[in-house]
Amino acid sequence: MKKEEVPQDKSNLQSTSQKELCYAVGEDGKYVTELSSGWDPKTIALNNAIEEIQSRISIAKERVLNKQTSPIEFYMECHKMDVSILASYVGLWQWRVKRHFKPKVFKMLSNSMLQRYADVFEISLEELKDITLYKTPDLKNNTPDEN
Amino acid sequence: MKIEFKHQQSAHCENGVISNLMRHHGFNISEPLAFGIGSGLFFCYVPFVKVNHAPAVTYRALPGVIFKRFAKRVGIKIKREKFKDPKLAKARLDENLNNNNPVGLQVGVYNLVYFPDDYRFHFNAHNLVVYGKEDSNYLISDPVMETVTTLTDKELEKVRFAKGAFAPKGQIYYPIDFPEKLKIESAIVKGIKHTCKDMLAPMPLIGVKGIRYTAKLIKKWPKTKGVKLANHYLGQIVRMQEEIGTGGGGFRYIYGAFLQEASSILKNPRLEVLSKEITEIGDLWRDFALEASRIYKNRSAQVDAYVKVATQLEHIADREEEFFKKLKKAI
Repeated sequence: MKKEEVPQDKSNLQSTSQKELCYAVGEDGKYVTELSSGWDPKTIALNNAIEEIQSRISIAKERVLNKQTSPIEFYMECHKMDVSILASYVGLWQWRVKRHFKPKVFKMLSNSMLQRYADVFEISLEELKDITLYKTPDLKNNTPDEN
Repeated sequence: MKIEFKHQQSAHCENGVISNLMRHHGFNISEPLAFGIGSGLFFCYVPFVKVNHAPAVTYRALPGVIFKRFAKRVGIKIKREKFKDPKLAKARLDENLNNNNPVGLQVGVYNLVYFPDDYRFHFNAHNLVVYGKEDSNYLISDPVMETVTTLTDKELEKVRFAKGAFAPKGQIYYPIDFPEKLKIESAIVKGIKHTCKDMLAPMPLIGVKGIRYTAKLIKKWPKTKGVKLANHYLGQIVRMQEEIGTGGGGFRYIYGAFLQEASSILKNPRLEVLSKEITEIGDLWRDFALEASRIYKNRSAQVDAYVKVATQLEHIADREEEFFKKLKKAI
């Protein structure tokens, strides 16, 4: 990549007005560094991943409201976790976390066990028990239009 | 207390930490030199580690390995500690700062509050330098950021004790012993040989063979996984390539810069020629990312489009195989 080809596309980096450092070749054939504000293919890939997470969150929400799963699964998705990550944060085996997804099992959990989850998700016990109290974080989408 | 530490931005976190810490101790080591000597360039398809619900592809050596190899090859010693108890971890960090010693830390990205939200995923192989403390704020030099930043006590503890794959366990590291003169020349040769060996390894998931294997899977995904998942997986490959640790194209460019520097240090003009070649290969990786992003942007999974990007990847594998064979002979 030549120095003048270092992409300067719009990206999610703009929210913090940071730029990334790239290595590229200058006119004399020597490598130099140059800052990049972002690159569309990267932005598209990132937004793709974020959309995937958004859809996971809304599916989980619906399933909680339909009593097919417990709020734990919903909060797990909100925190971009999967079962193995959540299990290591609460310090439980994965099968136990999965079991806690069952609404019936969830209802019988002790407050101290619920508190472990609440601490990981940084929410109150009330919010853990009732997802309607929780404000889902906004994930924006900046997919570039051109191309 | 604040240590006189010069922050310099880098393209990749671990190289950047090595380069900045070495500079602090009076050794001028560029980021590409740290990357090349530490044999950072790598490829591995890791089906059993899932990142964001898709298989992981890594374009670099495991966290910590680059510094370890670098240290051994140039003849410095590094101290590395992991902790179970966050209090101990904090005490050891403070002790080092009081002794005027900036340290490298391995941290998780998810709770790094100074990153844009969209970039915060559960990814635990990030590296940064702590170079001081003011009140309860730690002074942070994160090599991928343009400027220095800070984290509170609590925030730093959270990222040091992130959980999941490659949990950092409060890991702290810093060089402790330097020879009078670094063994740069022999270190470069060793670094290059190691990378050639890795990339040409006769194992299915690693190096050039791993790239071919990934290409084969991409062709199958639309049929075996369905449109949605196939697109998600392809997007993940591009993200891991270009986003998380500037893998594919970016790393080839850093390696190109390394070979150029190595060429003048070793007075070996062949390395300069090979530097140009890996730069071209880096461009091919970027073409691949561009083409792949078009596919999942349109949300269609036409089998031909998938075959097309897979073929691009196979071409890259051929070029790299040729390249690393030549590089092996050139050194």
